[in-house]
Amino acid sequence: MTGKKKQTDITPAHPLDDLIRTDRIPHIWCPGCGIGTAFSACLSAIKRSCENLNNVSMVSGIGCSGRAAGYIKLDSFHTTHGRAIPFATGLKLAKPDMNVIVFSGDGDLFAIGGNHFIHAARRNMDLTVICVNNLNYGMTGGQAAATTPHKAKTTTSISGNPEDPFNLPLLAYAAGATYVARWTILHTRDLTESISEALSRKGFSFIEVLAPCPINYGRRNKEKSLDSLKLYQEKSIIKNGADPASVDLDFQNGIVLGTFVNRDKPTFYEKYKMINGLD
Amino acid sequence: MSKAVLTGTHYMTGDEACAEGALAAGCRFFGGYPITPATEVAEHMSERLPGVGGVFIQMEDEIAAIGSVLGASWGGVKSMTATSGPGFSLMMENLGLGLVTETPCVIVNVQRGGPSTGLPTQGAQADMMQARWGSHGDYEIIALAPSSPQEIFHLTITAFNLSETYRLPVLIMTDEIVGHMSEKVTIPDEKTIVTVNRKAPKGRKDRFKLYQPGEDGVAPMPAAGDGYNVHVTGLTHDERGYPVMTVDAQREMMNRITGKIHKNLSHILLNERFMLDDADYVIVSYGVSSRTSYAAVEELRAMGIRAGLFRLITVWPFPGNAVKELAERVKGFVTVEINLGQIHLEVERHVAGKTAVKLVGHTGGTIIPPEDVVAAVKDISGKGV
Ligand code: SF4
Repeated sequence: MTGKKKQTDITPAHPLDDLIRTDRIPHIWCPGCGIGTAFSACLSAIKRSCENLNNVSMVSGIGCSGRAAGYIKLDSFHTTHGRAIPFATGLKLAKPDMNVIVFSGDGDLFAIGGNHFIHAARRNMDLTVICVNNLNYGMTGGQAAATTPHKAKTTTSISGNPEDPFNLPLLAYAAGATYVARWTILHTRDLTESISEALSRKGFSFIEVLAPCPINYGRRNKEKSLDSLKLYQEKSIIKNGADPASVDLDFQNGIVLGTFVNRDKPTFYEKYKMINGLD
Repeated sequence: MSKAVLTGTHYMTGDEACAEGALAAGCRFFGGYPITPATEVAEHMSERLPGVGGVFIQMEDEIAAIGSVLGASWGGVKSMTATSGPGFSLMMENLGLGLVTETPCVIVNVQRGGPSTGLPTQGAQADMMQARWGSHGDYEIIALAPSSPQEIFHLTITAFNLSETYRLPVLIMTDEIVGHMSEKVTIPDEKTIVTVNRKAPKGRKDRFKLYQPGEDGVAPMPAAGDGYNVHVTGLTHDERGYPVMTVDAQREMMNRITGKIHKNLSHILLNERFMLDDADYVIVSYGVSSRTSYAAVEELRAMGIRAGLFRLITVWPFPGNAVKELAERVKGFVTVEINLGQIHLEVERHVAGKTAVKLVGHTGGTIIPPEDVVAAVKDISGKGV
């Protein structure tokens, strides 16, 4: 019996455990929620791309996705609703060599925080912004968001959403983002690679991650978590380099995924130093 | 590199002196947004910061301005923003984040007439209660009220020192009149300027607790990147900084963020007593209004009425005990402020009916003339108007 351990003696260690505040587990995310998958893709990408973990931080806003900052074992900041990007901007400018990740939801980043998003993109602030898009406000019980599809049902649009949603990659591109990609949580390998690429490059990078919110959005739109994944599988079309203007989310005819924009432009801080004749 | 401390005698506006005070205090990040009458603080910082190795950024609004200031502070850099009424209103939510996450920074409000767009180019002191209670929830805050460009230079350094010592946002509540007036400002030798930096943590990084206070009630604060893996949240949190949604955690956190101020009042409360020792009548004033009150004291003394000035330099926390003590022996109080009675409410509360209290205030746009103060003191002294 030498060297043989009983199954119960082994504490299984997850390869990402060192990046997680395990003392905060269990997390708050519902069964079937897509945020955890997006979060672990982000952690894997950090492991892959960042040598010095002390030099990586995460900033979140408010909402289900905003809780990510509370679970990552790095310097992490859970700020006010919509304001993760300004906070991250200040942090980045105080620590220009730090890899600053903004991880938040669609409601946080694109409704209440929309103004900050476009301005950070315009300035080419060197941030990696990951938006978990679950098409509604999950935390508050499933209200219509700036990303909710037209006619979709939410608690504030019980007869269907009268509004049209943003095309997030187009918005990011138009505002000046230098890297723009969209994946779903079913495409974890591509997603991880994409986040990893964003972390390794300079400039404003934006990655939209489609993820199910079965508890709130799914329930009201007859879409279980597995249905969402099936939809992602059946309707996804990977089109790297697609014109951002052509990638409106269309769950009936095709969800266009891929890296749409990857261009080089000097960052805010590079331009600041250049204009002021510094180093 | 240019000099951060411009030792010498200058002729400058209050807004410029505020910016110079910030630089002398070690401020190296300014996140701003233009607004009259505070714009000159941002303009001056935008010109000066690059030369001293700092960063100026003009954000998209005041919410972003204060957000960037909080972020930069967690990056270990002394940070500031400056605004006026409407911008101050927009900053209120993130001010609360700064208070609850115990983030040092300085926020300047060059007050103008309100509410709403109000009188953008004319002074008032009508945001004083907003400074105390503008963000939701209970808290303690420090607010300083400079009365001249020279004083704003010094008090901006004090504001940074207090914010670094007690780990909280500190407000400078000045006004359009002080902000825009030009006067002599003497900037001392750099070596004589005392600056304070936040306490750095010691000991094992894995045992460090972000909000475990020391003797003085204040916890040391690392910067992002120092290897402490801090978690900072606006949710109610325990000493580790982890969210805990319980009555006990809320009480402990609230006791900490208010207790550190209560514990250190003797260091935080700054004021000036002018001819107060034998005074029968106390004028309570601050900022620009205290300047016109000196003249009133002198005029009243010349008439044989023993008046004195209790000038608040620290307005929040309010020096309630000092007012209570004075109320035991004097015959009356007159509060002088450019609003309809804000600090006056505090004076009344602490005098608690022991003696007469009267407000000299107006709706804003100009200073309070000394003769109005004289008339008010004469009125409560029974010597007629
Ligand atoms: S409410 Fe929706 S988004 Fe929030 S955790 Fe639950 S499933 Fe996820």
